[in-house]
Order: sequence, then C-alpha cells, then structure tokens
Amino acid sequence: MPAASQQQPEPLLRVENLVKWFPITQGIVFQRHIGDVKAVDGVSFELYPGETVGLVGESGCGKSTVARTLLRLEEYTGGAAYYKGQDIFKLGGSEMRKLRRNIQIIFQDPYASLDPRMTVGDIVMEPWEIHSDVVPKDKRRTRAQELLERVGLNPDYLNRYPHQFSGGQRQRIGVARALALNPEIIICDEPVSALDVSVQAQVMNLLEELQGEFNLSYIFIAHDLSVVRHISDRVGVMYLGKIIEIGDEHQIYEEATHPYTQALLSAVPLPDPTKRETRDRIILEGDLPSPSNPPSGCNFRTRCWKAEERCAEEEPELIDRFGHGHPSACFFAEERAAVL
Amino acid sequence: MSQGKQEWEQSLDEEVGFDPTADHLLDVRDLHVEFPTDYGVVNAVNGLSYTLDRGETLAILGESGSGKSVSALAVMGIIEKPGRIPKGEVLLHGLDLLKTPSRQLRDIRGERIAMIFQDALTALNPVYSVGWQIAEMYRRHRGTDKKTAYKYAADLMDRVRIPNARNRVNDYPHQFSGGMRQRVMIAMALSLDPEVLIADEPTTALDVTVQAQIMNLLSELQDETGMGLILITHDLGVVAEVCDEVNVMYAGRVMERAPIRRLYAEPAHPYTLGLLHSIPRADRKGQPLDPIPGQPPNLANIPSGCEFHPRCAFAEDICSTDAPPLYDVDGQRQSACHFWEEVLRARSQPTAT
Repeated sequence: MPAASQQQPEPLLRVENLVKWFPITQGIVFQRHIGDVKAVDGVSFELYPGETVGLVGESGCGKSTVARTLLRLEEYTGGAAYYKGQDIFKLGGSEMRKLRRNIQIIFQDPYASLDPRMTVGDIVMEPWEIHSDVVPKDKRRTRAQELLERVGLNPDYLNRYPHQFSGGQRQRIGVARALALNPEIIICDEPVSALDVSVQAQVMNLLEELQGEFNLSYIFIAHDLSVVRHISDRVGVMYLGKIIEIGDEHQIYEEATHPYTQALLSAVPLPDPTKRETRDRIILEGDLPSPSNPPSGCNFRTRCWKAEERCAEEEPELIDRFGHGHPSACFFAEERAAVL
Repeated sequence: MSQGKQEWEQSLDEEVGFDPTADHLLDVRDLHVEFPTDYGVVNAVNGLSYTLDRGETLAILGESGSGKSVSALAVMGIIEKPGRIPKGEVLLHGLDLLKTPSRQLRDIRGERIAMIFQDALTALNPVYSVGWQIAEMYRRHRGTDKKTAYKYAADLMDRVRIPNARNRVNDYPHQFSGGMRQRVMIAMALSLDPEVLIADEPTTALDVTVQAQIMNLLSELQDETGMGLILITHDLGVVAEVCDEVNVMYAGRVMERAPIRRLYAEPAHPYTLGLLHSIPRADRKGQPLDPIPGQPPNLANIPSGCEFHPRCAFAEDICSTDAPPLYDVDGQRQSACHFWEEVLRARSQPTAT
C-alpha cells in the first residue's frame, strides 16, 4: 500500500476552494446571463505522493467537473490548485502543456474516449507527438508495445482498432495511454463503472499494481462506494458541488458523522443476504436539488432528517466540530452504529 | 375497480383457455433465442428454464451478454426480427405464449404480464405527457373514456408515490428526474394489475439513494398485489437485498440456480464463486481482488463443452468436450458444473489471502 501522508508533509497537489460555475444564458444574439449552475462550489483537498484520494457522490454532485477543471479541460471560476507549489490555473499555454505531462486522466467510457479511426499504437503513441522528448522517435513502437504488455494486452495488437476490443481491454488501452508520459498523478474518472464485475476487478488490480510500480498518485472518482473503499487511502464525499465530509477510508466508512454519508452508505445494497433484516437503512426522501438553485444554508437540509432552522440560515463549515478526528460539514455531526 | 377486473379476467380466461390447474404461474421451459447475423448465428439464450409462483421474487443474474434481457423479451413475446425462438415453451397458467396468436397475446400482455425497462428516458415517448402514456394502456384494454383514464393515471402515479401526482399528470418525461421517470414506468406496468412483472435492470441507471427508494417501492407493491417479480440484474448487491431465488446466467445458459442465502454462503459453480470474489469487500481491503480471468465469450462462437471452461480454475479435459447438465446439488439447487462438489469444498476452506 502507498505510504501514509504523515511522512511526506509536502502535498503533490493542493486544491483550495475550487469553484466552477457554468453560466446559464438566455437569448441567441444577445445572450443574457440569467444564472449559474454551481457544479463545483468551494472544494479543497490535498493529494500526497503515492496516495489515492477517492471522490464519491451521486450524479450531478460535481465530482467529474473537479477532475476536468484540474486539468483545465474546463476553465476555472475561482480558487486555486497548486501542483508542487505552482498554481495550475495561472500557467500559460506552454507551461500548462508541460504540466499535463505529469497529470493524466483515464475517462469513464472506454467506447467514447478512444478515437475509432486510430489504431491502438497511434493512440498510445500520440502523447509523444506533443511531448517529443519523452521517447525518441525510433524507440516509440517498442515502448508502446512494452506499455501494452504492461497493461495486460498482447503487444502485437498495436495495429488493431478500438472496435476490435472488449470494454475491459479498451479501458486497458486508456490506461496505457495515460502511462505513456510517465505521469505522477492520474485522475481516474469512473474508470470501472462501465465494466462488468469480473472485468472491473481485473482493471482495479491493474491500477493498484501500477501505482506501486510507478509511485503514482490517483484521484479516483466513482459513484460505487465499495470500489472507492477498496482502492482509496482517503475519501471525500461530495454533495451539490461541495465536499461534505472527508477522512481516511476507515473514518468515512466506519465512523461517518455526516447524515448524507450515513444515508449513502446505508443505501448501498450489500452482497450478503443474511444482513437483509438486521441492517438499519436510511431511505432518503426526494431527489437532488438543482445545482443552479441550491438550498440556502446547508445544501443537504432539504433531504435531511436532522435539519433545524439553523441549517437553513447558516452554511456549516467543513471542520471537525466534536473531535471525531475528521472534518464533517454538519452542525449535528455524530457517529451512528455501523451502516455498511 | 377490483370487480371490473374480475369480470375482465374471467372473460379473458374463457377466451384464451388458461389452465387453472397449472402448477406454476409462469413456467419457462428450455427457451432458445437466436439472432442470425453476417458473422454467423448469435445464440443469445440456449435452453433457459425456470418457474415463478405468486408473490415470489426471482432473480436472473448475469453480466452483459449473458442473455438475461433477451430471455425476458422472449417471455414477453417482443423479440424483433430477425431474432427467432427455435425452441422452448413459455407457459403462463399453462398456456404457451409462444404459440398464442399475436392478437390474443396483445390482450394478455400488460393485463397478465408486464415489463419495466432499464432506461426510462428512452422507454418513454418524449412527445406525450406521462399521464397520456399511463392512461393509454388502460383505455386500450378497458375501453374507458379519456377522463376516467386520466383520473386513473393520476391514482397510479399516487400509488408509485410521485409527489403532487394530480398536478403532474400533464407533464412530459423530460420534466421528471431519473427516479421519478422510473416510477412512471412502474405505474405504466402496474396499470392493469399484472400477475407477473419483469423488471429489467430497473435501477442500474439510478444513484444509490434513489435505487434504494425504487427497490423499496417494488417490494411494497409486490406485498400489496402478490404479483410474481422477475428481477433481471448484474448487481449482486441488489439481488441479495430483495430476491428469494436466483438463476445465474452465463453465455445464455443457467450456470447455477439456488435459494438466495445458499448461493451467497456456498456457491456450487465456479462462475458464481468467481463473481463473489470479484466484488471489493471491506474485510479484504489492501489485498488484490480475485477476478475471473479472461473475457466473456463471443455468442456467435461459444466454447465447446462447458461455456465457462476457458476461464475456469476447476476445468479439466471433460469440460471442453461435454457440456454439463444442471446437476442436482441438494434438492433445492442445481449447478451446471461437472465438479460442483469440489467447488463446494473450495468455498468451505478459508479464502486464500
């Protein structure tokens, strides 16, 4: 397992109060700005070398937007993200290009993220067209074959096209492409959610092996709580663009204090029929509120059974109020008997 | 309304000739489904058999391409050409639906057997209001006027716990959230009080908190109506939460059939064992997962003998030549593996670390 954060006080990546709003406009010629979708609204976390930070949450909570904004695939609205002390959002074009070599991404959908008209070899070698000093031209084919072999594919498949592979194999191609530039950080945006269970386990094993081998740090984004638990050292739970609780794997899964985390954990169907009757389940009422018009005060109060007047007036900060050992954005944070 | 239902049912019974003495509500026997393609015949379902009784919840568990959805379409009689059913029987109250003329089948479908699809947004028509879509089936089958049908639609939406149903009857599918759309689908399926409900991955597209709401709703409705529920899913967690009996499918065939607790406690087929080992578990954090090697087979070119043998740790020579029948394990469950006894022993040993 990757080393815990105590030995390395210097984080590789520090995200501070990241904000990404998407404007809502009206009109075709004269576009009036009538509101914002607050996809990410003040997210802070750190990533240490060799560590995996998991981000979980339901669809629409902003976890993928965090990933895309960190790579500047979306332009940020506010906040800062420091990679080794350098603010990513302040970099110019050529500096940013250099930085992307160190931060790579694996996308969710292995069908949409590989160009169907490029061969596997072209896909894996394409990063070297831009960063030509990484691998000299005459060694590229051999290096690509090594990469394919490393991710568990036949190195002779270099000339095949993506449609000739299954979902799991395609995701391996995506992994090989992300490894091509020897990055330090890989952002995994739902890398296994499109895969069947038996294949999902293969890809997760591969990611863990590679982490040890190349000393990679992962930001692992997924909605499947058990997958995130398995792979992460620390986990942040997101709701409506904010992290509402963050802690190490044990603190989140065994000692969760935020009502939303507890509800989320208790809603996960467990593959164990003997727990069917004994489990204390919390079924949340209603749906996620719209991120363009989030509730006042605490975002979660509209679905929360603990909500009081104070929750509507004041926004709870993400701090450790009662000495639980990890921060939780709830005025009434308390532990609850095991729900998972 | 219940009185009208009884009259309707009686007249239908006489018309189509259901056998009131039939052993099971639904009895599927040796079902085969195939699709001819340019690359050869794809054998999606190869000899599926199961029975379903009133109030029972049966799971059909399998990964993509195992034939679980296609088998449901075949039971509903909605396999589209060029797909065909070369062999098999689907007995509802003893009546073979595969031999029933399509006009008669239209009366049975919805009335006796209904289905919920995975993706509610594509299954609903975007240009009609949800009230119209729910009411349509009621109008067609019961011949009521528009006003009564709309009122009934609102009642149904209330029953599936859509808040403020009366004001939302005239809303369109895009105005509903994913969970609410799935409730609309359930309302449609329940509009004629079917005896059998087939739910094809009803919660796969939904978030966990909403998934829990929908699964709760389905089991409450089942308690109310006593219908038989067939749940088609790939999710071992969902199955463990709600089902009584499980059929594990692989490459179009049942690998193992067992009561729910036995299946999870001591699987008798290597594929089931592999699936259970593939799920991340809290007590095994920090250790690599134990996945099934290889890929699921191409259905146009299914391996000889046992379909699973190229990926199986227990495989021996006989597995590549002789397809195992469903061996009886202990009277309650069956396993399609020549070496099921060894699989049982492997499970009872402490899992490898």
